[in-house]
Amino acid sequence: MRWDWIQNNLENIGELLAFHLYLAVVPVVLGLALALPIGFLAVRWPRLYPPMLATSGVLFSIPSLALFIILPGIIGTQILDPINIVIALTIYAGALLVRPVADGLRSVPDHVRQSATAIGYERWRQVLKVELPIALPFVFAGLRFVTVANISMVSVGALIGIGGLGELFTDGFQRNFVTPIVVGMVLSVALALIADSVIVLIQRVLTPWARAGRSS
Amino acid sequence: MSIFAQLLEFIGDPAHWSGPRGIPVRIFEHVWYTALSLGIAALIALPVGLLIGHTGKGAFLAISIGNAARSFPSLGVLTLLVLAVGLGLTPVLVALVVLGIPPIVAATYEGIRGVSPATVDAARGMGMTEFDVLRRVELPIALPLVISGLRSSALQIVSTATIAAFVALGGLGRFLIDGLGVRNYAEMVTGAVLVALLAIAVDLVFALFSRIVVSDGLTGRAPAPSADTDLAPATTH
Repeated sequence: MRWDWIQNNLENIGELLAFHLYLAVVPVVLGLALALPIGFLAVRWPRLYPPMLATSGVLFSIPSLALFIILPGIIGTQILDPINIVIALTIYAGALLVRPVADGLRSVPDHVRQSATAIGYERWRQVLKVELPIALPFVFAGLRFVTVANISMVSVGALIGIGGLGELFTDGFQRNFVTPIVVGMVLSVALALIADSVIVLIQRVLTPWARAGRSS
Repeated sequence: MSIFAQLLEFIGDPAHWSGPRGIPVRIFEHVWYTALSLGIAALIALPVGLLIGHTGKGAFLAISIGNAARSFPSLGVLTLLVLAVGLGLTPVLVALVVLGIPPIVAATYEGIRGVSPATVDAARGMGMTEFDVLRRVELPIALPLVISGLRSSALQIVSTATIAAFVALGGLGRFLIDGLGVRNYAEMVTGAVLVALLAIAVDLVFALFSRIVVSDGLTGRAPAPSADTDLAPATTH
């Protein structure tokens, strides 16, 4: 390990870390924004549920690196444009999250739905205030999985020149220099751990009843 | 020229179908890395998953290690190993095995834990040894989940095996890396499409495998037993 290399390159490492975080997290947010309405539709019209599951399964089996490369040919972006990574990982996050969203909404018991209607919740307020909160534990389990997966997937993009911390791996390999690789590994694992903890924390804040239930 | 025209032109060129750099050889190499890594990962992960599922001991530790391993970037593991032990197949296999183990352990564990305790008790009551309970009762019931674990492990390995090309090995990643090197987009797309097709093929193989080996009694494909069916052979009816 060459500690002086780390000191001299702190700024560069910080930029790669921030870029890595951006490439991994933005797609999760966009993917969730896609998955919520799609999952909701699949629950309202149960005939959509099996084809939705099949589509998300096929999309998820396509390797991320392949998608990074094929996308520019389809949507006309430059091959080295980071937007390809954002779009590709958004597709993955969306494909992965529709199932937890749909399963979560399906887990809402009928008597709960009927009670909500009975005490005067109209349709959309009922979805937002009653059904979605009950679905949250499913959604958050999906979010944790997809965020950790994204953080490690972004690195592969370094093979085509855009990979955030992954560039430390290719750089270290090409110069036969271990320090950047170790730094990249440590930061990547730390990023995954921190992101996971943050999501758990948000879940705790959003679902206070889960804790109340456990302690009683 | 559209992406599809470029793809067809590259694939249509007979020169790309022969020799040690041809498409068939690259596909074979890719499948070889994948099969070898999946085999080693399964040899390690299946016994661990079965053991912690059956005994219920060490589950928290194993799942935590698995989650930590899931956050390891494969490209980092690979480049670090290559600098440590040099170029060759070993670093690639280690990186892919590390990637492949967690899904198998987690799914096997969950499958075995999901077997009804009443069923396990009944098996013990019939005088089965612990090993028999695991082999003849728990494993067959857990099989759909075990196979889905193997399947997601295989999918991740087949996608990630492209990184072998980065450390001077073969496989379909060669088209991606070589194509990028000479700015030949057609070659990169060919590699990308072939990897995607291979992943979908792997997915189908596992779906088929699951249909064949999972007991009909679990999938609902067997006729449900009713009051007027007894256990006598069908020929007596």
